[in-house]
Amino acid sequence: MLRIVAWRIPQIAATLLLLSLAAYLAIGAMPGDPIALAMMADPRLGPADIERMRALHGLDQPLLARWWAWLSGVLRGEFGYSRLFARPAAEILWPALRGSLVLLGTALGLAALLGIAAGSLAALRPRWRGAVDALALVSQALPAFWLGILMIILFAVTLGWLPAGGAPDAPGMLEALRYIILPVATLAIAHLAAYARHTAASMAEVLRAPWITAARARGAPERRIALVHALPNAAVPLLSLLALDAGALVSGALITETVFARPGMGKLLTDAVMGNDHNLALLALLLVATTTLLATLAADLAQRALDPRLAERRA
Amino acid sequence: MIGRMIEAMPWRAATLALALLAAPAGGAAAQGHDTLTIGLSQATGTFHPNIESMLAKSYILGFARRPLTGHGPDWRPTCFACESIPTLENGQVALENTPDGKPGMRVTWRLRADLRWGDGRPVTAEDLRFAWEAGRAFETGFGGAEFYRQAYEFLSDGPRSVTLRFDRVSFDAGSAGGFEPLPAHIDRAIWEADRRNYRSRTAYDTNTTNPGLWNGPYRITAVQPGAGVTLERNDAWAGPAPAFRRINIRVVENSAALEAQLLAGQLDMIAGELGLSLDQAIALERRARGRFRFEYRPGLVWEHLDLRLDNPVLRDVRVRQALMLAIDRPRIVQSLFDNRQPVAATAIHPDDPMLDRSLAPWPHDPARAAALLEEAGWRPGPDGIRRNATGERLAIDLQTTAGNRSRETVLQVIQGQWRAAGIEGRIANQPPRVLFGETLSKRQFNGAVLFAWISSPENVPRTTLHSDEIPRAARNWSGQNYPGYSNPEMDALLEALPQELDAEKRRPLWARLQAMTHRDLPALPLWHRAEPHVWPQWLEGIRPTGNMSPSSLWVTDWRVR
Repeated sequence: MLRIVAWRIPQIAATLLLLSLAAYLAIGAMPGDPIALAMMADPRLGPADIERMRALHGLDQPLLARWWAWLSGVLRGEFGYSRLFARPAAEILWPALRGSLVLLGTALGLAALLGIAAGSLAALRPRWRGAVDALALVSQALPAFWLGILMIILFAVTLGWLPAGGAPDAPGMLEALRYIILPVATLAIAHLAAYARHTAASMAEVLRAPWITAARARGAPERRIALVHALPNAAVPLLSLLALDAGALVSGALITETVFARPGMGKLLTDAVMGNDHNLALLALLLVATTTLLATLAADLAQRALDPRLAERRA
Repeated sequence: MIGRMIEAMPWRAATLALALLAAPAGGAAAQGHDTLTIGLSQATGTFHPNIESMLAKSYILGFARRPLTGHGPDWRPTCFACESIPTLENGQVALENTPDGKPGMRVTWRLRADLRWGDGRPVTAEDLRFAWEAGRAFETGFGGAEFYRQAYEFLSDGPRSVTLRFDRVSFDAGSAGGFEPLPAHIDRAIWEADRRNYRSRTAYDTNTTNPGLWNGPYRITAVQPGAGVTLERNDAWAGPAPAFRRINIRVVENSAALEAQLLAGQLDMIAGELGLSLDQAIALERRARGRFRFEYRPGLVWEHLDLRLDNPVLRDVRVRQALMLAIDRPRIVQSLFDNRQPVAATAIHPDDPMLDRSLAPWPHDPARAAALLEEAGWRPGPDGIRRNATGERLAIDLQTTAGNRSRETVLQVIQGQWRAAGIEGRIANQPPRVLFGETLSKRQFNGAVLFAWISSPENVPRTTLHSDEIPRAARNWSGQNYPGYSNPEMDALLEALPQELDAEKRRPLWARLQAMTHRDLPALPLWHRAEPHVWPQWLEGIRPTGNMSPSSLWVTDWRVR
């Protein structure tokens, strides 16, 4: 296990370094740098003003030199200033990250719980298979923005039970809960299908395995067979799905955040890239990449722990 | 029995929890009109009045600070922090020569005696001296660099007297552009310590809730970056008391979500300056007329199609006139915008004092368009698209900001109307960042681009019409004359206009300018965009201006019915 970690950590560091360079060059090559935006805002800026502004902001330097300066700052813990929010980039990132973790953590937790339960039900009780498949189909087919708007119309506008979006003015758990129900439900429904389908397929395969037949022959109760013998084995492929969703946890849910006007990483990333906020966009991108890479490593380790054959095979 | 109770408990608990959660959305309406919650569709970054120009910031700061001057709902210059607008007649403007002998002017403003910062300190000439010094220092990065370059000397003969000396004569110097007091007692030390990084160190962004930054009827008491702002009454404000104890500004960038929050009662009103799109407001009005009041104010946002005049096809004025005549603007305005937006004759707004009313908007006249195209050598081809003698098709690239539903629809309608006239419109929309950051600013378009200019009353359009303002690599792409319009008579007009101080003598110059743009059509005028304001029935006194001074500057007139 330690050998794997020792081998993968430098790989992750190298990937992040290359990714930062690629992202920096891509963002730097995009049209509309801060000077172009300043020119739009102040049409009376003359050619000499623009020259001086380029020098002042370091934009007269080659992109590679600018990337190196940025990277040196990051390594010193200086993530730069957000152009869009006029605050340090890290200061802007944390509230958005917290918002995404709460929203997506709850939604994905709920989706995984319900999806695994539905998938297990479909595998253990074949007569429910059709219903679970139908549920998964509907969940997968509903676009999140459409479902979100429908929920807002029903629960916020028509019934007036829940807020249409935004964040609570008053503090308190109950108030926070009221504001999160609709976006969580929207996201959970959208993500439920994948967990249900994967669980159903994986469980069905495991339930046909000889050791399950042996357990049944020994007279083990069905509940024990399902929870103790089948589910942990069926969970191995689900870990990959969870690892990918961990990346989504920090990359946010752009559509849901937009429809429900909730601050989060999805919207922040889009705004930063579209608004030419280099420091914020790079910091957010690197955070997403780091989390995804670390989650993949964690999933690999967990899979090996659950299924020692994987370790042997790869060794 | 016990077993049944235990079984029933989770259900009861769940029912109770649901009942609690499902209580009516607390919302703005439930707050007894002591608080007003306003929806905006754009967030603001910096709160510094002079750094970056954003509509959202301008609207929010309208509650919390007084600029020196602005334009009222009648579009006349009006004083906020000063006592009277400087003019030659009242002696506050004096013509003089600059030290190197050029014609210049001296403009004096007298500050209001009762204006105080939120910490009780009076607003004085020192606050304007600091603003002027910071603006003059290029590394500070204030907007309006040209204003500070022209205002070469600051004079003051008392705490309430401010005089600037300008190195040229200009009729609008008295309105002071973006020149306004900044709290020297807070921000001067920050600026002096590090001028280059003042943009990121100003107290407006590091200590936004400091009362000493605000001199308006309200002060900012909380900021949720990208999500909203809370304002509360400013105790140091000596003017008329505003009606609301607190104003919450909520940023909801998605217009469907903005509308949903209004209907759900979470918002009291949506600001017209930056809220719903016009078509969305019209649709909402049909459904919710009884619940809300709607007002549409055509403003200084001029929608038009810039034409690339270097394109050999578009160089011919007959083709440009035919393109104009082939567009049925009244029909578009009627069908898409419920006749809420006035069709434009030129860039000059119908409420602008310098509008030449004798100039009618171009009509929709397909027959005349066809005649002009025939005259220019474009004859119908087998597929209905016109061709010239060499067989070249009459095809024009059409572009606008991708994602702007209203503009995309308009462009499709124009494409259809041009096709009926034998002109092929090839739509290739681009994200705003690409369109404005590259395609327009570096003149990489080849046909027509639909977008809007925002201006102010009697704004001399030098940057969009003077031949010196055509963006070129040699000029670092500065300038906004994207069509490439070049006409010596226009250049002379644009240079003479600002120097004419007599409004009546300026009128014929403005008339000539309008006649030339009407005839030459470097840009095809479409309409002046209307701001849709949505207010609750119980609120009155809001007066939309349609100009760059937001209605929030008159918040002390807002009243609960």
